[in-house]
Amino acid sequence: MATEAEIYAALTEIFHDVFLRDDIVLTPELTAKQVQGWDSFKQIEIIMASEEKWGIKFNTRELDSLRCVGDLAGLVGKKTA
Amino acid sequence: MTDLHWLPTIPDWRQRLRALPGDPATAWDTAVALANAQLNFVLTNALDETVRRLLPVGPDSMATQKVRLAVLGSSTLTHLLPGIRVAGLRRGIWIDTYETDYGQYLQELSETDSALHDFQPTAMLLALDAYHLTSGVTAGMDAATADAALEEMKGRIGETWRLAREAFRCPVIQQTVLPLHPPLLGNNEHRLPGSRAWFVTRLNQAIRVMAEQDGVDILAVDDRAARDGIGKWHDTALWHRSKQEVTPAAGPLYGDLVGRWLAAKQGRSFKCLVMDLDNTLWGGVIGDDGLEGIALGQGSPLGEAYTAFQEYARELSRRGVILAVCSKNDAANALEPFEKHPDMVLKRGDIASFVANWQNKADNIRAIAQELNIGLDALCFIDDNPFERNLVRQELPMVAVPEVSDDPTGYPLALADAGYFEGLAVTDDDRERTSQYQGNKARDALKAAVTDLPSYLRGLELQLIWKRFDRIGLQRIVQLINKSNQFNLTTRRYTDEDVAAVMADPNAFGLQLRLTDRFGDNGIIAIIIGRLLPEKDLYIDTWLMSCRVLGRQVEPTTLNLIAREAQNLGAKRLIGEYIPTKKNAMVKDHYARLGFTVMQADQAGGNRNVLDLEGFTPAETFIHVTEG
Repeated sequence: MATEAEIYAALTEIFHDVFLRDDIVLTPELTAKQVQGWDSFKQIEIIMASEEKWGIKFNTRELDSLRCVGDLAGLVGKKTA
Repeated sequence: MTDLHWLPTIPDWRQRLRALPGDPATAWDTAVALANAQLNFVLTNALDETVRRLLPVGPDSMATQKVRLAVLGSSTLTHLLPGIRVAGLRRGIWIDTYETDYGQYLQELSETDSALHDFQPTAMLLALDAYHLTSGVTAGMDAATADAALEEMKGRIGETWRLAREAFRCPVIQQTVLPLHPPLLGNNEHRLPGSRAWFVTRLNQAIRVMAEQDGVDILAVDDRAARDGIGKWHDTALWHRSKQEVTPAAGPLYGDLVGRWLAAKQGRSFKCLVMDLDNTLWGGVIGDDGLEGIALGQGSPLGEAYTAFQEYARELSRRGVILAVCSKNDAANALEPFEKHPDMVLKRGDIASFVANWQNKADNIRAIAQELNIGLDALCFIDDNPFERNLVRQELPMVAVPEVSDDPTGYPLALADAGYFEGLAVTDDDRERTSQYQGNKARDALKAAVTDLPSYLRGLELQLIWKRFDRIGLQRIVQLINKSNQFNLTTRRYTDEDVAAVMADPNAFGLQLRLTDRFGDNGIIAIIIGRLLPEKDLYIDTWLMSCRVLGRQVEPTTLNLIAREAQNLGAKRLIGEYIPTKKNAMVKDHYARLGFTVMQADQAGGNRNVLDLEGFTPAETFIHVTEG
């Protein structure tokens, strides 16, 4: 099972690759509005990169429920438990 | 599998991407190198974005032509464009892309003041999604209505091609339709005329026929989906969310399929496969293990895997790919299997340039390019050894070096998936090389063309090549002895040691028989063991044959050989025995058919037969016999 710290570290690398910016610091409260360029396509990239990273699959309801980075990290934690 | 598994991973890839802007002079070359790594879609996008920022219109001078690719579609395609551009980068080709507005492709094609016309494409990709192309098709349709719908759709696609060509006179590639519809009937879906799944199958067939007539090329994503699984290409949930028909995860591969088409259009497909020998074409090291020690051919799974790879290479050569060898070996050792190993599929004559010495492989590959008079960027080099691969990648970045494991089973797929030799047409020139081999197809054609068996057999130019048991053939001999059930007179099973004992016994002989004909080599097809008994009787201990070569007069020809070998040992009579098993009834009367006299027949169905050698006249057959 991935620890919260591992999840955040891996998500940080994904965000840095997706947005090509190494200064993004992930917090549980961070939302799309606070990151420039985080549109619905980037959202899909983040989701799919997470699925690839942990070998998991999110369903439609789970994706609809994501509001912030904390939701995503929590879901990854639950799915890799 | 939609990942780019033939490309290596570069450990410091992220750092090198971030360092890219630091040196604009080398940025393009570095970017090309970074594109030649196994990238997922996120890293593909990152590379694309970095390069576009740094070189908005591409490098000033390049060996390749810049491409302006228009992508026309009916759903979301934006996410696929970075993959296409990076696939160009991978091949040193700069690609600008233009995507038509969602579903506006026909309008933009016909209106001369559209943004598409402003873009002036030099190539066009038509990527229509399966939902769009099956709209209106429903299970309620009868056959005539479904046929009409198919004709209408074909007409629309053909019209799009016509418009594209009239407007831009550029090459067009049509994406086939992804088979993403779940079936309604099931296995016999083709009985439901209005099935969308069946409609897609038919449309894909029709598109290929039309494309041949209209000179349009095909992007065969349906074939890829059949290989990889449709789930690797299409994510239904994602379609509902974002109207992306091809999932972003397959984007790098999708892009590469387009990239290899554009490269082929510029004549930049690879032309030559350079192969290492030890542990690439056969298992083991010829210099250490010797002819008998290398793994090749029937008898071991590993040996068969190397044979299969050699066969793939030979098939490539028959469609026009040049083969070369680059090996660290003494030349004589390297050549020996080509000349003497019976299971080598590739022959010396298949290899256009053969380099075996102890110099470094980069230098040798340069020499091969020079000898063949082709560019280094036309060479693809396959080697099981990671050291050699990395050396060549470093010294000669323009040479394609697929990442492979030490398991030869994956070698054909590594070459095929990479698309190095992407071909758009097969010329007469390509095929000419292959004219002498047409294998079973020609054999069958000949059989159909002649009505009587004797003239068929005569036409086959059969050759039976016989040899006494030897170390090279040992594995195959033991395998045949332990596997053959049907055409096997005594079904005696022997080990390696038993067979070696026959080889050493002055009062016994073991024969291995190979059959060739004008269409190729059937391999070792029969095994004989004869033992001299005290009363100058030669007892046929083992006679087995592959059923594949039944009906070709191999049996009487073999008897001629046995008789001669027996006479050499001083025998006066041949004794042939049939021991019945559950599987060998087909040879119950084998000896009687060959003119033996039955000495005794037992209750269990077995029989023992004799043939007097003094009155024996060898049968005349169409088979030419030689000692191998």
